[in-house]
This record gives sequence, C-alpha cells and structure tokens, in this order.
Amino acid sequence: MYVRRLELVDFRSYERVGVDLEPGGNVLVGPNGVGKTNLVEALGYVATLASHRVATDAPLVRAGAATAVLRCAIVHDGRELLVELEIAPGRANRARLNRSPARRARDVLGALRLVLFAPEDLELVRGDPAERRRYLDDLLVTRMPRYAAVRADYERVVKQRNALLRTSYLARKTSGGRGRAARADAEGPAEGGGDLSTLAVWDTHLARHGADLLAGRLELVAALGPHVTKAYDAVAAGRGAASIAYRPSVELPDPVPDRSALEGALSAALAESRPAEIDRGMTLVGPHRDELTLTLGTLPARGYASHGESWSYALALRLAAYDLLRADGVEPVLILDDVFAELDSGRRERLAELVAGASQLLVTCAVADDVPNALRGARYEVSDGQVSRAD
Amino acid sequence: MYEGAIQDLIDELGRLPGVGPKSAQRIAFHVLSADPADVTRLATALRRVKELVRFCTVCYNVAESEQCRVCRDPRRSEEVLCVVEEPKDVVAIERTGEFRGRYHVLGGAINPLEGVGPDNLRIRELLARLGTGSVRELILATDPNTEGEATATYLALMVKPMGIAVTRLASGLPVGGDLEYADEITLGRAFEGRRAV
Ligand SMILES: Nc1ncnc2c1ncn2[C@@H]1O[C@H](COP(=O)(O)OP(=O)(O)OP(=O)(O)O)[C@@H](O)[C@H]1O
Ligand SMILES: [Mg+2]
Ligand SMILES: [Zn+2]
Repeated sequence: MYVRRLELVDFRSYERVGVDLEPGGNVLVGPNGVGKTNLVEALGYVATLASHRVATDAPLVRAGAATAVLRCAIVHDGRELLVELEIAPGRANRARLNRSPARRARDVLGALRLVLFAPEDLELVRGDPAERRRYLDDLLVTRMPRYAAVRADYERVVKQRNALLRTSYLARKTSGGRGRAARADAEGPAEGGGDLSTLAVWDTHLARHGADLLAGRLELVAALGPHVTKAYDAVAAGRGAASIAYRPSVELPDPVPDRSALEGALSAALAESRPAEIDRGMTLVGPHRDELTLTLGTLPARGYASHGESWSYALALRLAAYDLLRADGVEPVLILDDVFAELDSGRRERLAELVAGASQLLVTCAVADDVPNALRGARYEVSDGQVSRAD
Repeated sequence: MYEGAIQDLIDELGRLPGVGPKSAQRIAFHVLSADPADVTRLATALRRVKELVRFCTVCYNVAESEQCRVCRDPRRSEEVLCVVEEPKDVVAIERTGEFRGRYHVLGGAINPLEGVGPDNLRIRELLARLGTGSVRELILATDPNTEGEATATYLALMVKPMGIAVTRLASGLPVGGDLEYADEITLGRAFEGRRAV
C-alpha cells in the first residue's frame, strides 16, 4: 500500500498544498517549524481519525479557517482509493470514499494502514499507562476496524457509569435537603442521574464491552510480543532483551479464558469492587485500568531505562506494530518523523536497513545529512506552506 | 452584530439544535427577503405547534387531541407494545409499515451524564400500562447506542418477571446511531428479525 497524493486545505499551517508521493522512500527536508510534521500528522489522521499530537481537532484547522479538508489517494493492490475528510471542530467529521459520501467518518478506517513513529512516542515508555493502552487500542483498530466501535462503546459505558457513581457519591456527601439539590446542580448532573438502581445495568454493559476489548487486547499482545523483542534487538543490537506483558486490573485464570468467561470475570470483579466504587465515586476495574508492562532485561523500562534505551524501546514498539501488520498481509505505510537525528550512526544504519524494504516510507528531518544514504528515494523540500520536489 | 430585529432573529435561530451562527444568519436573511405570506405561514406554524400539540395521555406520543392517532385507531393490536425514546421514532417505525401494535414513548433514555435516570422517563407509566394484562409482547426499540441499550436492559429486567415476552430489534441497525436515521428497509428488517432478550 502507498499514498500516491496528499492534498490539504486549511490544515495546520497549510492553506492549500498538494504533494505527489512515490512508492518506496520519500524524504522530507526543511528547517524547524516549517510544517514537516503537519504533513505526516495529516496522513496519520486519515488512517486513525485522530492526531498523534493533540487530543482535540481545533488545533488541526488553520488559524482563522473554520474547517480543514484532507484528500488522500491510496494505492492498494493496483487499485486507487480516494479518501476525503472534512474536519470541523465541534461537529462530526464528514467523509467521502471515491467521491461518494460515507455514512459516518468511521467508515474510512482501514482505508489507509499506517505506522507512524514520532518524538512524542517517548511517552509510550515514560508516560502513564493510558499511553500504552492507546497504543494497543490504536493498533487493534488498525488491524480490525470493528474495534473502533468496541472501544467507543466501552469508553462511553465507563463515562456513564462514572457519572452515575459520582452523582450518587456527591448526593451522599452533601446529603440532607437543600444542600443536596444545590450541590448536584453545581456539579452538573441533576438528581435523576444518581439513582443507583441502574448500576446493575451499567455493570452488565461494562462487562460485555469490556470483555470484547480485553479479548482483543490479550490476543494482540500475544501476537505482538515476539515482534517487540525482535525489533528492539535489531535497533539496539543485543543490549538487553525487551519483552511486553499485559497486566489486567482483574485477576484472570491461566490460560486466558474465552470471551464469555472474560465477561464473567469482569462481572465478578465489578461485584467485588462495588463498595469501593460507590465509596470513591468511580469505576475501579476494567480494561480502562489495565497496563501494558514493558521490560528490559529484568527491569521495567519505565523508571529504569536510559534516555537512549527508552527511545529505542518506543521505536521498537512502532516497528513491531509495523511487522505485525505486514505479517497480516497488508504492507502498511511507514512514517519516521525526526528519528534519525536522535540516533548514533551505528543505529542509523541498522534502522535504515530494517526499513529499506517498506512499500512506502516517509522520513522527515531538518538536516538532510542525518538520513543514511541507504534511504535514498524521492526528496522533497518543505518551506513555509509549500512542498516541492528537490531531486 | 446587526441592529435590532434581525439580530434578535439570528440569536433565536442560533439557539435551535443543529443551527450554528452562520446558518442562523443565512436563515434570518432568507426570511427577510422572503414573501410576506410565506413568513406569516411560518410564524403561524410556530405558534400553532405550541398551542395545539399535546402529548397523548396513553402513550405520550405527540397528539392534537386527548389521544394520538395510533391510540385512537381500534384496528391496532393491544397485544404488542413498542417502546421508543422519542415521538420521532414513532414516525420512523410507522414509515416501515411493519408494525400494527401500539407505542409507548419514554421521553428519552437513561443517561447519567445528562442527569437522566429511570424516574425522569415515563417508565412508571409503562409499568402501569403493562399491569392491565392485555400486552403479550413488549418490543424494545430504543436507539442502538450506549444509552438506548442500557435503557433496554433496564426495562427487560423490570418487565420479564411480569411474564410478558420482551424482544429487542434485530441488529443490523447502525450501531451508535439514532433510530430515526435508519432507512425504512433496515428498520423494517430489524422489526421482522427481533429477538427475545
Ligand atoms: N492550526 C494552525 N494554524 C496555523 N499554523 C499552525 C497551526 N498549527 C500549527 N501551526 C504551525 O505549524 C508549525 C509547526 O509545524 P510542524 O510541527 O510541522 O514543524 P516541523 O517542520 O515538523 O518542525 P520540526 O523540525 O521542529 O519538527 C508551527 O510554526 C505552528 O505555528
Ligand atoms: Mg516535526
Ligand atoms: Zn397515543
């Protein structure tokens, strides 16, 4: 798979730009702040409907404009697919596939398979568990787009259940006549939301969607693990072995049970933690509290690994995702944003070798000399609001 | 900002659901340049909807008299009752032509984030209707999204002990969606293929 052309209107710093890309290597060069990452961010958005840098859409629309448009021509198995997205913050995005409107933007998921490594990925190793859960869930959705719905459903149920627990918690805390009403009003949800009679209903749905998500993640981690170990070894050349493990917030029997047994385990855990949850006003068990542990040698990477090791680990997680998707049978697009400047020359050469066979590779850098010669290919010069071929 | 009346109209239109500031402005200027008779008709329709439309005392659908058209129709079966969230869902289901029973409009779905619990919906009224004994099947046609599913589960838990068959519309409806946006064919099929819960 490769992106043949990308067009942006009012996306980030670009008023209007079009870039023709090549299969194989593409190197984007330009000084800091000129808009290189903005380009690859746009491709990431087409693939995942989210930015790898910001959680909301507002910063993606060019300052002063109301909507942004992304147009991306993707070639896969000799056929071309045109994906068009309109980003309008505060409203649902609109999408078209080959010029016909999609029922919902989510329908474009799966059209572009892409793995993006960016400096922000250091957070995969150093950041909160939420970063690693997002890494897993994003990959899950890339492999099987139906998980976009599973994930959205699960997150919505947790939100609703937390609102219920919080409202009843606040009502109890300020119990007694007028104080209660005043407090509930000030905090948003009115009294009706705090009726714990519906808690059992939310438990049922949390366990159902949670089991679905959990099963997906467990399967994913089992498949991904060997690729992480291999990728880290390739990047770091034998300096300690990397291994990953999924650590659920709910105790699971060994070997890992099937979906319906997972649902049972989640239900049981919810029943057990119910008093604590009512006490604290939030949902304490479920996939939204799970962790992906990263180990280097015998020590956890988080809190122990050096800067360079953490960096290599983050890169290995992305390369492993790339390998796994490839093993699934579709060659994804690989993007390395600002990677080579961080590596010593040995690691640069090894990485270049590792990714040289990609069906399409996009590399950004501020200094052209940082990119190893092995990665020759199309060159582009990025200057303010413009992208031009430079070879 | 415009002066006086035109800005008042823009502000009022902007308060409507789904109308942003730009659309509000466009509609306002459209009204300004429209034929006076058309504008009078629109104003009358707006006034009449508040004056004349009431909620059916049986099913809480919108009605122009004590009872809505469905509840007044003696040919509709008393044995099958279909629970929906909003009056607009009644319209969507009527369009399919599949359903010959009666409705019960809840007035929303359980939604703790918005402060809506079972007491804020017409659930007590539903249970009272079921208590009369004429209903044999209850069809849960709440929206196929998180809140609609939770409401359906809640109702199933309440109603099953009463010995009434409880069914849910078949999947195939767009998940995470609104019933009203499902096309007639999809919604019709969902009706035919409803399953016990
Ligand atoms: N919504 C927006 N509207 C206008 N300009 C924006 C918007 N969002 C970001 N920018 C501008 O885009 C520029 C950043 O672009 P980008 O992150 O792509 O740089 P880069 O070429 O990757 O730089 P570096 O080499 O430092 O990574 C900044 O100058 C920023 O002000
Ligand atoms: Mg950058
Ligand atoms: Zn009626």
